[in-house]
Amino acid sequence: MTSSSRNPILITASRLLAPFIQLFALYVIFHGHFGPGGGFQGGAMLAASILMLRLSVGAERSELKFRKSWGTPVGALGAMIFAGTGLLTLLLGGRFLEYHFLPLPDLSRADLHSAGILLIEVGVSLAVMAVLVAIYDDIMEGPGGN
Amino acid sequence: MRKISLVALALFGALLLYASSGLPGHGDPDGASHRQQSPAGSPVAAAHYIRHAQEDAASPNIVTVVLADYRGFDTLGETIVVLTAGLVCYLILRRSP
Repeated sequence: MTSSSRNPILITASRLLAPFIQLFALYVIFHGHFGPGGGFQGGAMLAASILMLRLSVGAERSELKFRKSWGTPVGALGAMIFAGTGLLTLLLGGRFLEYHFLPLPDLSRADLHSAGILLIEVGVSLAVMAVLVAIYDDIMEGPGGN
Repeated sequence: MRKISLVALALFGALLLYASSGLPGHGDPDGASHRQQSPAGSPVAAAHYIRHAQEDAASPNIVTVVLADYRGFDTLGETIVVLTAGLVCYLILRRSP
């Protein structure tokens, strides 16, 4: 579809909605300690906001938010944040993912576990968001796409 | 054929409904997963998680603590599965230059 044939109502509505969806996704990720939510759900919502822009304003302009070439690297980065947290505790004398060995000063054992959970939730959300967007981009770029 | 599959579906649904009537209620302390001891006499893990999640990770959401702390290794595997799906899509669908 060329950009001239796009519906201005769709473009305006999706551009207005996207920041609020992203804000709510961040709330879902960081509120996962206290209510329903977490990395998987929040990452899926972040991906939904970017895919909505991909569908409405077109691939070229939605690349300003998230480039097509970023999908796989950011997904790998998210998984590396997760695995890196585990390896860090391993290096500092604990077992894999034993969060109270994290090098954060002035935190009690329980608070260190809380911080470790937050770290890996951020990693999970990055991985899920980037991989969902990357799969959509692969389908659109690949054989049979345009 | 269509009729047979519809009847089979209805029978299977009835079986599932009948089986669900035998499940313990929500939060039933006598339910199998909430007991302190298994029938074999060994301690049950779920009771430990429910009792210690708040003090272990300073988080009132037991689901998050189990997902990311007690079973963090399992969640790492799930993330790797998601990443692998993305990588496979990349390898299969992107044209080689």
